[in-house]
Amino acid sequence: MTSPTDKPNDGGVPVPVTPVGASSTAPAEYPPASPAGRGMFGNQGTGDVSGYGGLVRQRQPIEEASRPYGGYFDEVRDALEEAYPAFNDAIEKVVVDRGELTLHVRPERIAEVCQVMRDDLALRFELCSSVSGADYLGADERRLHVVYLLTSMTYRRRVRLEAAVSVEAPHLPSVTAIYPTADWQEREAYDMFGIVFDGHPNLTRILMPDDWEGHPQRKDYPLGGVPVEYKGAEIQPPNERRSYQ
Amino acid sequence: MTTSNYASERETDEGRVFTVTGGDWDTIVSGTDPINDERIVVNMGPQHPSTHGVLRLILELEGETVREARSVVGYLHTGIEKNLEYRNWVQGSTFVTRMDYLAPIFNETAYALAVEKLLGITDDITERATTIRVLMMELNRISSHLVWLATTGMELGAISIMLYGFREREYILDIFETITGLRMNHAYVRPGGVAQDVPDEAIVKIREFLKMMPKKLKEYEDLLSGQPIWTERTKNVAVLDVTGCVALGITGPVLRSAGLAWDLRKTMPYCGYETYEFDVPTHPDGDVWGRYQVRLAEIRESMKLVEQALDRLRPGPVMVADRKIAWPAQLAIGVDGMGNSLEHVAKIMGQSMESLIHHFKLVTEGFRVPPGQVYVAIEAPRGELGVHAVSDGGTRPYRVHYREPSFVNLQALPAMAEGGLIADVIAGGASLDPVMGGCDR
Repeated sequence: MTSPTDKPNDGGVPVPVTPVGASSTAPAEYPPASPAGRGMFGNQGTGDVSGYGGLVRQRQPIEEASRPYGGYFDEVRDALEEAYPAFNDAIEKVVVDRGELTLHVRPERIAEVCQVMRDDLALRFELCSSVSGADYLGADERRLHVVYLLTSMTYRRRVRLEAAVSVEAPHLPSVTAIYPTADWQEREAYDMFGIVFDGHPNLTRILMPDDWEGHPQRKDYPLGGVPVEYKGAEIQPPNERRSYQ
Repeated sequence: MTTSNYASERETDEGRVFTVTGGDWDTIVSGTDPINDERIVVNMGPQHPSTHGVLRLILELEGETVREARSVVGYLHTGIEKNLEYRNWVQGSTFVTRMDYLAPIFNETAYALAVEKLLGITDDITERATTIRVLMMELNRISSHLVWLATTGMELGAISIMLYGFREREYILDIFETITGLRMNHAYVRPGGVAQDVPDEAIVKIREFLKMMPKKLKEYEDLLSGQPIWTERTKNVAVLDVTGCVALGITGPVLRSAGLAWDLRKTMPYCGYETYEFDVPTHPDGDVWGRYQVRLAEIRESMKLVEQALDRLRPGPVMVADRKIAWPAQLAIGVDGMGNSLEHVAKIMGQSMESLIHHFKLVTEGFRVPPGQVYVAIEAPRGELGVHAVSDGGTRPYRVHYREPSFVNLQALPAMAEGGLIADVIAGGASLDPVMGGCDR
């Protein structure tokens, strides 16, 4: 993979570019634009012979959702706004995309928001289905995103909470006191992305060996791999193979 | 280091350490002083027949009572999520099917549903493809529950049920082989539909299986349900109530055995489950016995679903019509094995330049998925199987996370085991039905 503008790199490790929208307060909506279609066969120019070389694929920016969101999303927002006085301070952005509601939460507020989401009678998100990390390297200064998927069994609703932290200060409060199920899932996010959940009872590696160095699912961590010989031909590891992107 | 009959022992800073590889418990502990060494720490696994693969348990015992239990996972971590980011979207199916190896069809379906939601083609999936997915998932649920029954029986000392469970599962693997070409790791459910149509031969086999199975289920129940040892080992063992389950995120048969009829097929339907007729079995007790009852009942419900799905199968395409997404070729068996069918090769080489282009683009580069993120969850045999997929607009997944029920459910083990007997750790752990391939991914 090569980034749009730049020099060739080694081992398929994406090179960080200047974050887009780093100055805005809200975290990035999208990962950085895909390198697909550029730099094919090692060509650093456009490689174009058709005359359409200047064409650039546009990505629709996700706008902050405007009311009414539709479905139960409005009710959830209203209920949270009513039950949580610091709503305007804590919620950075509300996004409705593909029929899913995402609330971008300021990282230091995530535990408070979860507490209200779980306990308020109009919200009742009893189950924390999933906690996972994602690395938006190159799109966001606060590139480490933590994604919480809350489920209300009473009302049969789902809401996604997203909090973003930077690599330099990857701290946010743990939600294990509110959702004990987040225990191992936060450990996994720590293990894979190096996100530190303050107040977690036992924040250690869970999938990787205890003495492992680095956080493997960060985008600047190489996939690794060794060439394999098959019927006399040497097959490169996947991150070094010729890419048709 | 001295070696007694069964256990070798050595002194460390922390106390005396025994290495046990089998044998008689009395002989092993005869070296300890019951007055001064009240608590001993036992390390079980990661290689142990009753830990379902490579789960490691660390148990602190007082006599035979477990005071503290901790589980250690990660021995089967294969980096599937990271690997997905270096392959195109279709190739992802081949990876995710290897996660929970007892429920491969569920892994694939959840992945396919997530990619389709990202693409915005959820409504374009053909009826036949959806029906085949339901058919395959329910058959897979039966085979997974059969393995649960088999292994749990074995762990509690009922060896016959182990043979029977695996024997019947073999029928289903046979059906899978007829349909997908493989017994496991099918990569059959693909974004956009399924890889192949179901051959008539498989329909006959499934009907045979449905006819045979009720008698077998009765046999299992005759073998286990009235049996005093089985009842003693399972009733009131490893109890976890609804509050505990929800707090710990436990879903699936374990939650239903505590009395809450939470089944995503009913509560948040997908693949048209709302149009099928089936019940969600529950049990009031929340013990191992309840989980046994719930799983047996679920096999019966799944058979109802398979039957309904068979009746609904109408001829039609099994892939979306969009040529920019649908995998171009039907596979066929040739003289040199499985590959693209001759008709397809003739078409792209001789007749249709456009087909050739589509084939080339899809096979080398893959399709592009508009940027954004989705979460899709389905009811796997072990509970909520969720896929959180992020796309950057390219031909490869930017990030795919599996919310694996085995991983989340294993957190319940200390809650079930602490305060109970060491033998019940086995029963409790088995009743969670963890599959380490799924847990560690």
